[in-house]
Amino acid sequence: MVASTPSKKLFSVTLRVWRQANPDQPGKFVDYPAHNVSPDMSFLELLDVVNDGLTVSNAEPIAFAHDCREGICGTCSCTINGKPHGPGKGVATCQVYMRSFQAGDVIVVEPFRATAFPIIKDLVTERSAFDKIQQAGGFISARTGAAPDANSILVSKADADLAMDAAACIGCGACVAACKNASAMLFVAAKVSHLGLMPQGQPERDRRVLAMVQTMDEAGFGNCTNQYECSAVCPKNITHDFIARLNRDYVGALFRSKLQPVSTSAGGGA
Amino acid sequence: MAKLDSKIPSGPLADKWQQHKTQIKLVNPANKRKYEIIVVGAGLAGSSAAATLAELGYRVKSFVFHDSPRRAHSIAAQGGINGAKNYQNDGDSVHRLFYDTLKGGDYRAREANVHRLAEVSTNIIDQCAAQGVPFAREYSGHLANRSFGGAQVSRTFYARGQTGQQLLLGAYSALSRMVGQGGVELHPNSEMLDLVIVDGHAKGVIVRDLNTGAITRHSADAVILATGGYGNVFNLSTYARQSNATAIWRAYKRGACMANPCYTQIHPTCIPVSGDYQSKLTLMSESLRNDGRIWVPKNKADVKKEPSAIAESDRDYYLERIYPSFGNLAPRDVSSRAAMRMCDEGRGVGETGLGVYLDFADAIKRLGEPAVRERYGNLFDIYHEITAENAYQAPMRIFPAVHYTMGGLWVDYNLMSNVPGLFVLGEANFSDHGANRLGASALMQGLADGYFVIPYTIGDYLAQQKPSARSNVDRPEFKQAAESVSAQTKQLLNNPGKEPVSHFHKRLGKIMWEHCGMARTKQGLETALQKIPALREEFVANVKVPGSAETLNQSLEQAGRVGDFLDLGELMCRDALTREESCGGHFREEYQYPDGECKRDDEKFGHVAAWEYQGPGQAPLRNVEPLNYEFTKMSVRSYK
Repeated sequence: MVASTPSKKLFSVTLRVWRQANPDQPGKFVDYPAHNVSPDMSFLELLDVVNDGLTVSNAEPIAFAHDCREGICGTCSCTINGKPHGPGKGVATCQVYMRSFQAGDVIVVEPFRATAFPIIKDLVTERSAFDKIQQAGGFISARTGAAPDANSILVSKADADLAMDAAACIGCGACVAACKNASAMLFVAAKVSHLGLMPQGQPERDRRVLAMVQTMDEAGFGNCTNQYECSAVCPKNITHDFIARLNRDYVGALFRSKLQPVSTSAGGGA
Repeated sequence: MAKLDSKIPSGPLADKWQQHKTQIKLVNPANKRKYEIIVVGAGLAGSSAAATLAELGYRVKSFVFHDSPRRAHSIAAQGGINGAKNYQNDGDSVHRLFYDTLKGGDYRAREANVHRLAEVSTNIIDQCAAQGVPFAREYSGHLANRSFGGAQVSRTFYARGQTGQQLLLGAYSALSRMVGQGGVELHPNSEMLDLVIVDGHAKGVIVRDLNTGAITRHSADAVILATGGYGNVFNLSTYARQSNATAIWRAYKRGACMANPCYTQIHPTCIPVSGDYQSKLTLMSESLRNDGRIWVPKNKADVKKEPSAIAESDRDYYLERIYPSFGNLAPRDVSSRAAMRMCDEGRGVGETGLGVYLDFADAIKRLGEPAVRERYGNLFDIYHEITAENAYQAPMRIFPAVHYTMGGLWVDYNLMSNVPGLFVLGEANFSDHGANRLGASALMQGLADGYFVIPYTIGDYLAQQKPSARSNVDRPEFKQAAESVSAQTKQLLNNPGKEPVSHFHKRLGKIMWEHCGMARTKQGLETALQKIPALREEFVANVKVPGSAETLNQSLEQAGRVGDFLDLGELMCRDALTREESCGGHFREEYQYPDGECKRDDEKFGHVAAWEYQGPGQAPLRNVEPLNYEFTKMSVRSYK
């Protein structure tokens, strides 16, 4: 399957990479020169090549998170030249191609930085706080087997489309890394909006938003101060308008919970 | 010799599953909480199974090597999921979906399994809609459908070009709900490295924590593997980089039979390779073939011209020409081979000559650019990111790439392998797609197995096991398995080699693509069967794995997986060599009709080949499960 490399002009860059052996040791930047870089190569493919070179020269390769390499799994998570997911707009780290850089560039590569995302090694961080927020309420309780015919629940196209815009979130955490407060509001807003826009999501709407916001706060994420760095780096271009929707849902749910208490514990018992 | 009893229930085809459900044993609700079930993998099949089993009251432990279950590779499926709802009133039915899938698989799947899949397809759509999956809708608020390859009805449900993502997030939300309630104990960053067998039954797994390196033992009353396919044997594929065969391969080495490993699917519409450094091939969804037209120049002299400079009369829309009734929606294996034939004739396009055009000019003329953008915008964006080309203005260039494996661990009708207590779901098993899978059927099968089959069938096994009689992890079987895993790790790290793992993976991929890819020959497969063992010897002697066992070590992870791919690649070639016929994704050049279509040999090969491990260095044993077609005639598959 390997074709001959097309005759595009190759160039050299320097990668300035954050190296940190484990969560407890201090890290530092280390420079790695990279030659014969093709513009059609992806940024992660360049890391692969650099890592093979390190292996052969008895050094330890750079640990970095990656998997699908097509921008959908949300695993890859590098801050490149100060911007989560690098220079592109609406792309994840794995969708950054070397044609975005110039010969001689020094490319600074760091992990996503946030208190709630501790570093495991080099460029790899722990993002399980997102899973905990989901477990608190990011679902519609629909026991397997109890569903009515799918077309018995009508959803207007406009609502379905808007819900899909929100549901496109890949849970990468770039929004948190970009935010000066390390807020997870865009992530939570996307889930709350997706489920809250669907008729199926109404019965648990108040409980969901209260539980997810509470868990978000407990996990150590900061508050939103409306700078919108989050939506600027979101690989799925999720708009911060959803944060307004989250705030509205939250305030409404809070009021209603004072009038008639709402349990925030996940319900529906097995 | 393994005992392969398919346990297909008797009775009329359409009644088998209903009858079976009423006849298999049940576990009463109070007893369910006494049973522990291990689920390895958290894609569509694993997440849906773990969530549903926990809802039923079983205690579930879910292991996934990703940092979150939401990252499993089901997330990347683009186009859609089939469901025999007949919402379009175009004549669809359970029987038609059954027949399309069976025929699509070139009559190498079990009738009863495929029929059950078609039956529960409608429940899946209901279940996912109830979970809030944002399926595409008509203005009326009803669900929208589109067409996929190998079908003449519109039965595919979709959520833009991200259907897999939305279905997985649905299953992940159900799983998260059960984790929150304490019904599922979630173990992320945990890779299964061995299966533990106690008294002939699967009773546990050995797991490595990928962040700390800790090796732990886990026991249960039953083990479910839902760990996906093994297409990364080819190195370059549409699979995620970490997708691997280690769980199923280690189970194979513990006695589970591997069925039809040579059945691999090469997807016709992927972005062509651009260089040696390449790590990944990106799929362009089959749904694009609804509106895109595939062509190559009629004349070799035109292949280097700009496509716009080639007159309409000089273009060969070869799928429409050869397969007029299915046209651009011919099944994947048929379309891939046709593309290869065009390139072999010297009519391939692009810098490498390994590409064909997928052209939207007509669709844009007919529907307008905004409508095309709404249907496929995200796919056009992906294409642009990778190639820096605008597919609204010039046709895409595409080429086939490895995409799915129909083969997998052998299972009976209850999805249990020949090792009692070991169940296998989704792409990891072999059961429903025969020799070729139709588009939008992988999501259907993963969710069918997890939501609607295993929750019933596992009860039949557990009811025969004493509740709370789980093995202690101090038993010698667990100890021995954990020690052998530690020894393997140590051996890889201490190896005095010089070459990185990727070096061996690339070489294996080249051998497999050349000799066990889209077209196979006796001679080629024999060559591969010489080259692969030699490569494995070189791997053992010369692989270099830096770092330590006690931290995150991605080289170590990759070395273990590539070691397994080397073994599995050899078995795939062996299976392909033994199957002296062409069927679906398995095309042997010696067995074809004059027009280049597959020539099956139902008399000699109308069976499942299930390979049984015989120990290191020993040739595996080829067991056979005959495919008894009671209701359908095995006919020549035609899409003309």
